[in-house]
Amino acid sequence: MKTFHIGGVHPAENKLSAAEPIRTAAIPKQAVFSMFQHIGAPAVPVVKKGDEVKVGTLLGEAGKGLSVPVFSSVSGKVNKVDAVLDSSGTRRMAVIVDVEGDEWEDSIDRSDKLVTMKDLGGITAEEVVNRIKAAGIVGMGGATFPTGIKLMPPPGTKAEAIIVNAVECEPYLTADHRLMLEKPEQILVGIQLIKHAVNCPKAYIGIEMNKPDAIKLLTDLLKEKAAQYPGIEVVPLKVKYPQGGEKQLIDAVIGRQVPAPPALPINVGAIVQNVGTVYAIYEAVTKHKPLIERIITVTGKSVKNPSNFLARIGTPMQQLIDEAGGLPEDTGKIIGGGPMMGRALMSLEVPVTKGSSGLLLMAEKESRRGEVSPCIRCAKCVSACPMGLEPYLLASYTRLKDWDGCEKNDVTSCIECGSCAFTCPSNRPLLDNIRVAKQTVMGIIKARHMEAIKK
Amino acid sequence: MNVILIAVIVLGSIGLVAALILFFAAKKFAVHEDERIGQVQEVLPGANCGGCGFPGCSGFAGACVKAADKGSLEGLLCPVGGQPVMEKVADILGMKAEASAPKVAVVRCNGTCESRPRIAEFDGAQSCRVQNMLGSGETACVYGCLGCGDCVAACQFDAIRMNPEMGLPEVDDEKCTACGACSKACPRGIIEIRLKGLKNRRVVVLCNNKDKGAQTRKACSVGCIACQKCVKVCKFEAITVEANLAYIDAEKCKLCRKCEEECPQNAILAFNFPPRKPKVEAPASAPVASSDSVSDSSPVGKPAAPAAGASQAQA
Repeated sequence: MKTFHIGGVHPAENKLSAAEPIRTAAIPKQAVFSMFQHIGAPAVPVVKKGDEVKVGTLLGEAGKGLSVPVFSSVSGKVNKVDAVLDSSGTRRMAVIVDVEGDEWEDSIDRSDKLVTMKDLGGITAEEVVNRIKAAGIVGMGGATFPTGIKLMPPPGTKAEAIIVNAVECEPYLTADHRLMLEKPEQILVGIQLIKHAVNCPKAYIGIEMNKPDAIKLLTDLLKEKAAQYPGIEVVPLKVKYPQGGEKQLIDAVIGRQVPAPPALPINVGAIVQNVGTVYAIYEAVTKHKPLIERIITVTGKSVKNPSNFLARIGTPMQQLIDEAGGLPEDTGKIIGGGPMMGRALMSLEVPVTKGSSGLLLMAEKESRRGEVSPCIRCAKCVSACPMGLEPYLLASYTRLKDWDGCEKNDVTSCIECGSCAFTCPSNRPLLDNIRVAKQTVMGIIKARHMEAIKK
Repeated sequence: MNVILIAVIVLGSIGLVAALILFFAAKKFAVHEDERIGQVQEVLPGANCGGCGFPGCSGFAGACVKAADKGSLEGLLCPVGGQPVMEKVADILGMKAEASAPKVAVVRCNGTCESRPRIAEFDGAQSCRVQNMLGSGETACVYGCLGCGDCVAACQFDAIRMNPEMGLPEVDDEKCTACGACSKACPRGIIEIRLKGLKNRRVVVLCNNKDKGAQTRKACSVGCIACQKCVKVCKFEAITVEANLAYIDAEKCKLCRKCEEECPQNAILAFNFPPRKPKVEAPASAPVASSDSVSDSSPVGKPAAPAAGASQAQA
């Protein structure tokens, strides 16, 4: 069984909502659309207070450089364009819409009918990428990197393998799993579109063994319609966290290692797309539907009905919790995303964004971090690190503010998966420190670049 | 006998040749260090805190000598030694010391546990830097003190301490050298190096919140809401409001304390003033004198009667 080669940990899976079919969440009364739902420059609002919007109306156009547009997922009137607190606790520009009815832009095809490559006729690769860019699609696994840019390999590189990330290695989350079970053919068409866009003959779907039903369904479908979907292969993977990391997945599926930054997956001929992104690509290209809704898992051990919701972007988290049976009394921490990489939310007024894959309600007892004790040099963190780093060393360098030491020990390669902190028997906040170091060192490197350019 | 003689002569001549080489090499490659650098360094405090902006005291001494050769010591100040040390330095270099007003670190946040309720709990690494990076802190104010004490750790002079009751750092005016280490350590830029003021008296806006008034009010009961009342009441144009935050220019401020009275949020506080008392009362000299000399930077605010008692309790 394939898997990645260095490090990794085995957190309890807790996939409580794996058997729950995707439910459509109610349309909220008021929706908040942050202009900063992706990596890169924020979108620039193009609407003003009092404007009427429909589902699919452009609210913010892409900013300069790396950016994507933001669309309304509801119809109604713009209440205000203002800075509001987002999930990271900073104030960011957002458009707030008071919902009235549910009117859609005419250009969007709302039917459920499967559109295949044949139906699209001779659509050009350029047109596919343009539609993806125009729909504001970003990586939906959580990294929120603009997808259109990923599908334009820089000169000198060539895509040799598309890898669809259906690993969902984060405990608790089941959004991707359910999507594969419920929309398998749409995903296959989406993969074909990506293959077409970057002119790559081979695609792999990486799925962990804890989703045997999804593996079987897709394998059977590919066997049955081999002529219709050529060059796509399902790759079952051994369960290990963080297999959903881009670099880990490339290692696991095609056995290639991505060098340290600034090298990208495309430098080893790979393009990785999350299965949710693939579905969004399908909808954008075949149905002209911008990215206005996504699947989000609302779960937790004390949650009454752990569920997978198809929620409009901009829906307040509070509403999803209510629909999943309300906030349990013993809740100690609410995490946006999964338990390993997600971040605690400060408020439940935070809306669903393009990158929200889950909402995890943790009980007070399990959410507490243990008491920190001194490092006992057991090197568990070193064996757990999937990037082959030495977390204990980086954390010490950070405490000493030795940024040179951090840089020499490749702190910028850290993928912030949290395996080190998870495995530490002394409960040391390794990742907290490494994150600080990573940010500081990246700042230093950037400053150095700027200076070099000036000279 | 012969052997010993040969050995002595050989070694002796080798020594002589080596000595000659070394002598000429020392002459030829001698590095001339200005002896004034050493002299200046001797009068400096030797804390190597970097508060002057140079790497350590020797760096500062070198900079002083260079500046003296150019003709002026302007802009150079050892914050730790202050005016007396600068006068000594000027003496050595045959210059006149530029007059400089002493400064002190001021924590521009008054969001105590009471005035700024905790809405979340941070259980990660206890460092302001980490907390600031991972989220907005434990309160709804995204500009206020995070309370993990990075500034306390940065201070080399034991001049700043956390007050566990308030959850805020407190600066000891006597010990503070205004080196600025705490100011640099604070990820939110709350600590300002400010003029110490006449008799240590200062009027400061103790807030760093740049949100709009309504949002500020929700987060903290003593936050600046940018109502402009202080600007209007100030006769000396010392107060400006920028980005929803009032700022008092210490150089223009004449310490009249009108703004302190006017501020509806109690965000402006006066330090080290004698407690306000009705003029009829005989001046109680003891507490006034003590608050002047001790100057533990405890705000002596509007509530006139309990003020003296409060400052004692805090000390």
